[in-house]
Amino acid sequence: MSHSTKDHMGRPVVVVTGIGIVTSLGEGKEDNWNALIAGKSGISKISRFPTEGLRTQIAGTIPWKGDGLFFPPEHSISLAKKSAVEAIEQAGIGSRGSFPGPMFVAVFPAETNWGQRMVVYNSENGGESKGYERLIKNVTAGDFSEYYRMYQFGSVAEHLAEEFGPTGLPVSLTTACASGATSIQLGAEAIRRGHTDAALCIGTDAEICEEMVVRFTLLSALSTQNEDPQGASKPFSRTRDGFVMAEGSATLVLESYDSAKARGAKILGVVRGIGERADTFHRTRSKPDGSAIVDTINRSLADAGMAPGEIDYINAHGTSTPENDKMEFLALSESLGSALDSTPISSNKSMIGHTLSAAGTIEAAISLLTIEAGVIPPTINCNEQDPNILMDVVPNVKREHAVNSVMSNSFGFGGQNVCLIFSGEPA
Amino acid sequence: MSTEHSEVWVTGIGLVSSLGEGLDAHWEQLAPGKTPSPSVDTESQAPFPVHPVVDFDISTQIPKRSDQRQMGQWQHLGTYAAGLALDDAGISHNPDLLAQTNMIVAAGGGERDLDVDSQIMETLAAGDVDDPGTYLNNTLMTELRPTLFLAQLSNLMAGNISIVHGVTDSSRTFMGEEMAGVSAVETAVSQIQHGQGELFLVGGAYIAERADMTMLWEFGHTLWPGKPGPVWERKDSDGGMVMGSAGAFLILESKEHAEARGARPYARIDSIAAGRSSRKGDAAKDMAAGLLETIADRIPAGPLPVLTGCCGVQPQLNEELEFLKNLSEKGVEPAIRGVTTVLGNTLETQFPVNVILASLAISRGAFFDPFDDSGVEQEFTGEPEQVLISNWGHWRGESLALVDKPDTPLRGQD
Repeated sequence: MSHSTKDHMGRPVVVVTGIGIVTSLGEGKEDNWNALIAGKSGISKISRFPTEGLRTQIAGTIPWKGDGLFFPPEHSISLAKKSAVEAIEQAGIGSRGSFPGPMFVAVFPAETNWGQRMVVYNSENGGESKGYERLIKNVTAGDFSEYYRMYQFGSVAEHLAEEFGPTGLPVSLTTACASGATSIQLGAEAIRRGHTDAALCIGTDAEICEEMVVRFTLLSALSTQNEDPQGASKPFSRTRDGFVMAEGSATLVLESYDSAKARGAKILGVVRGIGERADTFHRTRSKPDGSAIVDTINRSLADAGMAPGEIDYINAHGTSTPENDKMEFLALSESLGSALDSTPISSNKSMIGHTLSAAGTIEAAISLLTIEAGVIPPTINCNEQDPNILMDVVPNVKREHAVNSVMSNSFGFGGQNVCLIFSGEPA
Repeated sequence: MSTEHSEVWVTGIGLVSSLGEGLDAHWEQLAPGKTPSPSVDTESQAPFPVHPVVDFDISTQIPKRSDQRQMGQWQHLGTYAAGLALDDAGISHNPDLLAQTNMIVAAGGGERDLDVDSQIMETLAAGDVDDPGTYLNNTLMTELRPTLFLAQLSNLMAGNISIVHGVTDSSRTFMGEEMAGVSAVETAVSQIQHGQGELFLVGGAYIAERADMTMLWEFGHTLWPGKPGPVWERKDSDGGMVMGSAGAFLILESKEHAEARGARPYARIDSIAAGRSSRKGDAAKDMAAGLLETIADRIPAGPLPVLTGCCGVQPQLNEELEFLKNLSEKGVEPAIRGVTTVLGNTLETQFPVNVILASLAISRGAFFDPFDDSGVEQEFTGEPEQVLISNWGHWRGESLALVDKPDTPLRGQD
């Protein structure tokens, strides 16, 4: 179709017409939003597996309802289906099993879980052999076709493609903690270049298991404040000591403005700007001067054609690690200058925890709900704000505040940084 | 897809495989009259043969030992091959070009610590610990190296390429086996064609000599337990694939950008068409036929070099072969080469490898001799103007691409 409605750079305007969310706070937009503005936490003591011996024993898990052993990809698929159904129903787009555009799925890299590995090991075919020799003998002689379908790197997206029928190849992607934002970026870019009129952007991550907790622990990334699970994720606080892992999924249906208008779809917001810049400094830390993040933010503003003062609210990456929150403040100060003083910022992760691959999508969804409601969800657990982080972090209590434009930040391990700007529907 | 937008040129290549390192080494084995002899390992993953990558000296591309230590073999290979491609395109050490180089990596994941896994499995299976959960936690906490996670994470290949080589524009990592490589190149091509970037580093790496991956493929009984011979010899069998290691990166660049900096192409990517079928019944063949229709007007009648990533798993092998033979209905006489016969299935890297081999043939002005005497592969004489690539995933995904000769002096024809 021809696109008569273009942005300031002559590209088709990209809008959001469907949103779906599942987190440890609840299923669906309404439950999540009510919990967020009430300042509730979804973090609890881990009950999925024994935590004795682990330094971190808390997380924002969503109960696994499958039969038997915890099967991480099945959990990720199940949550993604819930969020995608909600988003597609709201958008009223396509028909059942036939989404009229490509699908981009942010998902945690696949890895055979310990439960399934031991099922294979304990099957009887391997005789006296041990280690991987035994595993391979056992799989060769047995039937593990379900693991084959679930443990490939493309498995989650393949199952979602089977359910929702997008066009072309389903894309599975990861940029660590920026993955969810990258999925939206890829969808928006495809619409902007006229490749499609719609895109299905999904983030899902529900793979909390023993080894994941250990791996992040060994990177010194997690909070160990186990005694008070709901108080452990405390972005921008003086006593923050790491992030809290969590599970969840969100989906955005993106469309060209013209396509949405032609369908009579309700426009929930506009994808105004996208910025990205890879860092070269370190595998888990930003450049000390924050220049890659600064550039990411500046590029999002330039892409949106907006000045710093036009941002009404910042949905922070705000992980609650000492490093991230300090660097995010430094970069925002540099990019936004004095405009930061009058721009409220809050971290959804204070309540939801860090949903890793899904975080960018979930926080984009919440950014759009913030525009709709004119209410900013708080940063909870902020009883003692870090005196070196001089921002209005909307501590502990929601705030009524007219919001037309939101900046949503996502910064990943590996130096992959994405900043998205959303606005309300153009008048 | 049409070429009314920017042309996409291949202006840099980095390739390390079981055949060798670099384009010259590959041409020495693949040029007409030569007999390719890839390295083969029948021991480490027995009873399944694999093609290991040739030795390469990581210090030439990853000079800092501190960087080397943060990666495993998989990230070493990818970061190394990416460096070769950046060097080849004249981008390395040029901060202006590096800052506008976009990256799309097609990735699986890094190595596990197999010794730690084995120790845990043996102990848990023996049943002589009182509390298996606590044992697992304690053992993982004390035995896993902190850096192992970073060496495993899929997006850290891209992260390491940024850190080691200084590539700093956009950075995306796609997953999904063979189709990750297709989507990576397809996305970069589409972005260049529509002005969303002029310079891309695209590719990946796969290490076949890994027991955790052998287990994954054998979950589906997809591996070939015999001798690693020609893929077409598996036509009348239950089939199976032989995995191969490779690191493969392409520099893709808009014609305008390349000309402005005096860079010459090996070849042009004319078009890519890709989709996902259910694989039920004739679904894959129908998908491939539909994809062919979208690029049919780009494909000339007559003899046509075809590179296929056909991996040997059945019934996909026979379905894809039937599809390729049906090209004759379009007046095309396909000269098929089963790339996995010489390289194995290099998974995420397979599609970039095929684009590289097509570019090699076009830039050197000759196509490869048949890789076997099965009768499937027909002779092709003369200079290839176009090469058709057919790449189906061993599980999911079908794709076609057309690589051709741009109207300009090519690399490698000096």
